[in-house]
Amino acid sequence: MSSATLEIVEPGLLTTVQDAGRYGYQRFGVPVSGAIDVFALKAANILAGNAQDAAGLEMTVVGPRVRFLADTWIALTGADLGPLLDDRPIPMWESVAVPAGAILSFDGARDGVFGYLAVTGGIDVPVVMGSRSTYVKGAIGGHLGRALMASDSLPTMERDGHPDPTNNRLPDHLGAPRYGNTHEIRVVLGPQDAAFTAEAVQTLLGSEYSVSIQSDRMGYRLEGPVIQHRSGPDLISDGTPLGAVQVPGDGQPIILLSDRGTTGGYAKIATVISSDIGTLGQAMPVDTIRFATVSVEEAHAILREREQVLRDIEKAVRGAAAEAVSIRIDGDAFEAVDDSGRLVSAPAVEGRVESEATRHARVTVDGRTFEFDVEVQRAD
Amino acid sequence: MREDLRFLPAGDQAVVVELGDTIDPQTNRRVHGLMDAIEREEVPGVFDLVPTYRSILVYYDPMLTSLPELQARVSELYRDLEDHAVATPRTVEIPTLYGGEYGPDLEFVAEHAGLTPQEVIDIHSGTDYLVYMMGFSPGFPYLGGLSERLATPRLDTPRLEIPAGSVGIAESQTGVYPVASPGGWRLVGRSPVRMFDAEAEPPSRLAAGDYVRFVPIASETEYLKLQESAVKGIHAGDAAQ
Repeated sequence: MSSATLEIVEPGLLTTVQDAGRYGYQRFGVPVSGAIDVFALKAANILAGNAQDAAGLEMTVVGPRVRFLADTWIALTGADLGPLLDDRPIPMWESVAVPAGAILSFDGARDGVFGYLAVTGGIDVPVVMGSRSTYVKGAIGGHLGRALMASDSLPTMERDGHPDPTNNRLPDHLGAPRYGNTHEIRVVLGPQDAAFTAEAVQTLLGSEYSVSIQSDRMGYRLEGPVIQHRSGPDLISDGTPLGAVQVPGDGQPIILLSDRGTTGGYAKIATVISSDIGTLGQAMPVDTIRFATVSVEEAHAILREREQVLRDIEKAVRGAAAEAVSIRIDGDAFEAVDDSGRLVSAPAVEGRVESEATRHARVTVDGRTFEFDVEVQRAD
Repeated sequence: MREDLRFLPAGDQAVVVELGDTIDPQTNRRVHGLMDAIEREEVPGVFDLVPTYRSILVYYDPMLTSLPELQARVSELYRDLEDHAVATPRTVEIPTLYGGEYGPDLEFVAEHAGLTPQEVIDIHSGTDYLVYMMGFSPGFPYLGGLSERLATPRLDTPRLEIPAGSVGIAESQTGVYPVASPGGWRLVGRSPVRMFDAEAEPPSRLAAGDYVRFVPIASETEYLKLQESAVKGIHAGDAAQ
C-alpha cells in the first residue's frame, strides 16, 4: 500500500484524475472519459518516467495548489497555467525534482485550457472498468468518482526499479506546443454528411466558428453560420465517436469529447481527427475555429507522425535503455524481455511464423510501444 | 433478403457499420451476431464496439490495421453469419412492484389507456422487451416492444429525482432507470434489484441483445426482501435463472 504523495490544498477550477480513457464498456452506456488532450498527458507521463497510459491530474484554466508529501519528480504539459514551485516559476515539458513539503501552484492561464500534471509512478486510484479516469457526472472512477477537493490526498505507485527521471526533456528538434487563439481543426467528413445539404458542408469548411462558453468535457459547442440538414437533425440513434461534429436542429455544431454519451440521435456531419482533438480541447471560449477536411488515409498518416513524436520523446528520455529490449520467439508468441532477461510483456501474437523471413513486430509494454524488425528462424 | 453492409467513416479511429435502415428485432439480432463474431475472431486492431439499433460503431487502432483491411474482414464475417447460429438471447427478469408510491403514475397511465391499473400491469408484464441498445447513461436500456395501448405522453414537468430502479413509460417506450436521475417518464413501478454497479464485471445487469421481462412483485414485504438480497450485487442469483 503506497502512502500519500500529494495533498490538494486548493482544488482549482476543475481538477480530476485522468488517464488515456475507459474503453470496452461503451456497450453498457459507460462514457470513455479520460484526458481531453491525451497527447499532452502521454508526453507528461513519458517525461516523468511513467508508462504513457498512467494516470495524472487534468487541471482546467485555474490550476490547483498541491503540497508534496514525499520527494518525487513531476512533469507539466498541456495548457500553460503558470506553474510555480514554492513561488518560483518552473519549466513545463520537462521533469522537475520536487522535495517533500514543496508547494506547486499556478499564477494564471497564459495559453490553452487543460494542463496536465504527471507525478513519477503515476496517480494511484482504484482501477474501475479498466481505467483510473474520472467520469464526474456518473461518479465513476478517479478519486471517489469526483473532482478533487481541498484536503484530498493521493498516493502514487512504486516506480518499480525504473531509473530516476532526472533531466528528462523534449528532444532538441521538438518544441513545446503553442495553442494560440485561432485553431485549424482537421476533420474527416461523415459518418452522416449525406444528411446535410451540399451547402452545409461548404458552410462548415468555409466559415469561422467560435467556441461557446457552454463547453465542457462532454462537448464543445460552437457558434457561427447555421448548418442546414437535408430533412431534419434526427436519425436512428447510433454510436457517437470521439470528435463527432453533431448538428442539432438549431444548426450550431457541437463537437463531442471525452465525457460524451456513448450513443446519440443527431446527425454527425464530420469527425475531428484524433490528432487534433487535443488542439481543439485547448481552445478557449471565443477562440476562433476553422475546419479543413482530410481523407481517412491522410488522418492515419498524421497520426503516425504524432506517434513518432511520442516515440522520439521516449527515445530522448530513455536513451540507450529504449534500445535494450529484445524479442524472443516462443512458438507463435512474441515475448519482450529487457536486457537483464526479465520478462516485460505478456506474449502477444501479432503474426504467425510461416517461413524464415524478416518480420516487423510490435510489442506494447506498460503502455510503451516498441517496434522491431525480427529475424525469424524455424526452431527445428 | 440481407442488405450489404454500409461503412461510414467516423474519424480516423472508428467506423459505423450499418446493417439496415429500420428498427426491428431481426436487424438488431444481426447487429449482436456480427458483434459477437468480431469479438470471437479477435479482428486485429479493434479496441471497442458500440452496438446500436441497426449499426455497430467499431473503434480501431489505425497503427494495427487499415480501414480497407478492417472492412474486408468485417464483411467476410457478415457473409458467414448464419442467422440460425446467432446465440439465443437471454431473458432477464426484473421483479417490479407496480403502483402505489413505487409507481405513482400507474393510475394516470390506466386512465389514459381506458384500462384498469391491473390490466396495465398484466399487459406491461406480459411482454418480453428487446434491449435494442444501451446508452443515454451507464446501464440505461433502450427497450422495444411496448404495447401501443400503454403509450402515454411524458410529464409536462420532469421530476427532479427519480429513484434508481424506477420503471416508466414515455410515449411508446418503456424502460428502467439504472441510477437515480431527473426524468419525465410516467412511473408505473420500481424494481428492487440493482441495474448498474461500476465495481461489478460486467457492470450492467442487462446487455444489448437481451430480452427483459418485468415480473410483478406481490407485496412491499417481498420488495424489501429482494432489495436486501440485491445488496449482494447485480449478478447475485443470476446463475439460478
